[in-house]
Amino acid sequence: MPNIAILEERQAQVLRKEDPGQVACGKRSVAGSVSQRACVFCGSRVVLYPIADALHVVHGPIGCAAYTWDIRGAQSSGPQLHRNSFSTDLQEKDVIFGGEKKLTAALRELIAATRPKAAFVYSTCIAGIIGDDVPAVCKSLTVELGLPVIPVESPGFSGTKKDGYRAACDAIYQLVGTGDTSEIGPHSINLLGEFNIAGETWLMKDYFRRIGIEVVSCITGDGRVDEIRRCHGAKLNLVQCSGSMMHLAQRLERDYGIPFRRVSFFGIEDTAAAIYDAASIFGNPEIERRARDLVGQELARIQPELRRYRKILKGKKASIYVGGAFKAFSLVRALRTLGMRTVLVGSQTGNPQDYAQLKELCDPGTVIVDDSNPLELAKFCLELDVDLFIGGVKERPIAYKLGIGFCDHNHERKEALAGFEGMLNFAKEVHASVMSPIWKFTPRRASRLGP
Amino acid sequence: MLNSTTATISERNALVVNPAKTCQPIGAMYAALGLHSCMPHSHGSQGCCAYHRSQLTRHFKEPVAATTSSFTEGASVFGGLANLQQALVNIFGIYNPDIVAVHTTCLSEVIGDDIPTIIKKSREEGKIPEGKVVIHANTPSFVGSNVTGFANMCTAFVTYLAEKSGAEATPTNVFPGWLDPSDMREIKRLAAELGAPITLCPDTSDVLDLPQTGIYEMYPKGGTTLAQLKGLGDSPRTIALGKFTAHPAAEALEKKCGVPFDALDAPIGLTNTDLFIDALRQAAGVEVPASIEAERGRLLDAMSDIGQYFHNVPVAIFGDPDTVIAVTRYALELGMVPKYVFTGATGKAFENRVHELLDGPCPAAIVKAQADLLELHERIKGDPVKLIIGNTHGKHIARAEDIPLVRVGFPILDRVGHRLFPTVGYRGAMRLLEKFSDALLDHHDRTCAEEWFELVQ
Repeated sequence: MPNIAILEERQAQVLRKEDPGQVACGKRSVAGSVSQRACVFCGSRVVLYPIADALHVVHGPIGCAAYTWDIRGAQSSGPQLHRNSFSTDLQEKDVIFGGEKKLTAALRELIAATRPKAAFVYSTCIAGIIGDDVPAVCKSLTVELGLPVIPVESPGFSGTKKDGYRAACDAIYQLVGTGDTSEIGPHSINLLGEFNIAGETWLMKDYFRRIGIEVVSCITGDGRVDEIRRCHGAKLNLVQCSGSMMHLAQRLERDYGIPFRRVSFFGIEDTAAAIYDAASIFGNPEIERRARDLVGQELARIQPELRRYRKILKGKKASIYVGGAFKAFSLVRALRTLGMRTVLVGSQTGNPQDYAQLKELCDPGTVIVDDSNPLELAKFCLELDVDLFIGGVKERPIAYKLGIGFCDHNHERKEALAGFEGMLNFAKEVHASVMSPIWKFTPRRASRLGP
Repeated sequence: MLNSTTATISERNALVVNPAKTCQPIGAMYAALGLHSCMPHSHGSQGCCAYHRSQLTRHFKEPVAATTSSFTEGASVFGGLANLQQALVNIFGIYNPDIVAVHTTCLSEVIGDDIPTIIKKSREEGKIPEGKVVIHANTPSFVGSNVTGFANMCTAFVTYLAEKSGAEATPTNVFPGWLDPSDMREIKRLAAELGAPITLCPDTSDVLDLPQTGIYEMYPKGGTTLAQLKGLGDSPRTIALGKFTAHPAAEALEKKCGVPFDALDAPIGLTNTDLFIDALRQAAGVEVPASIEAERGRLLDAMSDIGQYFHNVPVAIFGDPDTVIAVTRYALELGMVPKYVFTGATGKAFENRVHELLDGPCPAAIVKAQADLLELHERIKGDPVKLIIGNTHGKHIARAEDIPLVRVGFPILDRVGHRLFPTVGYRGAMRLLEKFSDALLDHHDRTCAEEWFELVQ
């Protein structure tokens, strides 16, 4: 990979489509790199966050709770308990003498005050290192208070963000199988790895209602404890953010025989495929007919407007840097729908299969990166002369500084980008950013336009 | 979202709900960004660094680069020596800063990593290139708060780098404490207008308020330089603006190099700015020019013009202690009645200083350190205020109680003004004056009965 200064240890994590071999990944970030990645706690916190009627207590010093306070646009149609920040705010004396007593007291106070359906208790680095027995505290309070108090084993240093996803799945699994499934019909599914950012879960649920499929539980978008308790009664799991939820899907398959399908609701092709996939599994012609009708209706509704955007955006170039690689596939396809070309694509947490598939999917010349950093991203964007960057909070100002349009496809998206309607929103957002009149005044474009 | 909050003050002994503070390392990272060509380094798990960078990015809307030791299970058992050494090699090898400013985290503190020894060893082993500087501050997350971390890193600048060479140095040191880049810029403008040469330390202007240039620079032109840091010890005087975030470094400098200091509050509002200008005038031996007199006069004029709307208006003020202390004074100058004055930070010094300001005019005020926003909400629910002054985290209370919120302090995650306009100085006071009065009058216009809705105000 010439032209770009990258850490020597990172050489293998960057390649072009034509290069031989695969992107190295799944490595821990090199110490001393400006990694865009987070920690185990972060992974479990983002997955469990949307469960709105549960208490989320962070056992550690204040920071871990402060930085994860109401930062995810995961909407709830009912309770808003999850949007508060609860911390044991561990102090020096707790570090010396242990924080178990404080945690116990905190949980008693909080549960009495907020009457949640369950409580998740996150272990942070400190809880892990001072040896607080969080599971034991949770166990005794579960008995004492008569509601599930569930430990989330997520000390930041104990792995990568992906290990945090796994810890979240393990925590969720403690609720699974404890609810009544007798009312659940034969055509029923769970949505896994859909977080209701900007209300996206509601769009999905509406599609399935229209084709006659019952959504038993969405894990965890607009999530409710009682729904998770009975999710084992569903006949199929659709796994959207597979990076975060494969573990849960696999356990549900193993223990309850529920098959799963990896799907994506980003972009027209993937959304249609997800709906057809779900519809076909029940072998019910009526559901399949309704699915075809739905896709037809939705496409007819958005196609004319999409075509208008495509005309304008055709030939523009995009960079994608997202958390999970599976989302990147959909984005590459969705950008193609808009006539745009992906010239740089990367993720924080992709696995070898993801990157192999990504390589397959991309156009010639596309650069593929794992666990990148601002210098690399900025250099590639300039070198490849992109018009749009799709990423998260830390990438936005870099794109703007370079005079490049930006679309947040992470926690901070403000419009639903999933489903058919989401595809139209995506087109609108990409169009608004790429075609913003502001870029005309920025040095990069101004020099291209001439005086 | 906070509709379940009641007017009863809940008894809580072991729990913070909706904190009015965060942890030390983010303060250390922000302070280090105010040095020229400096890479802040977080010695801990990856998440700390990612969270701090994200939060600073949300506030400043700027790219924030910082590196991490990326702790693993191994490091947490065997110590972080290897991680930090590898990090230093990589940082200098690829990002090539002049300075690496290491701060610890809860994890590396509990493990007990001895950073000075690791730095020394790294230097001996040639892992730190010639001419490059590595400094550190201990910033355990379970002690103090974000302001402590800021102060500790600023103190490290002094203890590691300030020298008394005996050279004749004229600049007055100004330690601004935790202010926004727009404020740092305003302090430099005031000093230039006054004709007083200063060394501002740290200085995040031209680091975190960059123009759109079409390029991404890891080390922009701003920040206090190494030469300036060394020169701190030769300065005749330091002006330190804020008990919590500026005074500790000034004390350290006095101790190390014998530089005396003026211990002031942040220059927010009329009197606090007067005190700052006066200290600067004396330190530099200059006269206050007519242009600054006129600026002050315009502020005073605006205060007189609009003062009727502030008279006896009850307000709640919360956030980091130096900001809250200074804003409380300004609120009093405007005729408002601070009713709740809260910080999440620790320390009796906060309550003492605010009581000094409020015991005469507002003896009923409730002043609390180590408080959280749930308690603030409970109190407001029981006995409301007309205006809330604080950071973005106040917006939930503001919405639930339909009380206008003026955003001042850190973090501001949902508005842009703080990046562009200062809060400090006479101009900053003018801006706050406009924001306070707009908030009160907009609220009145939106909510009052038709017959009380007036064109002219």
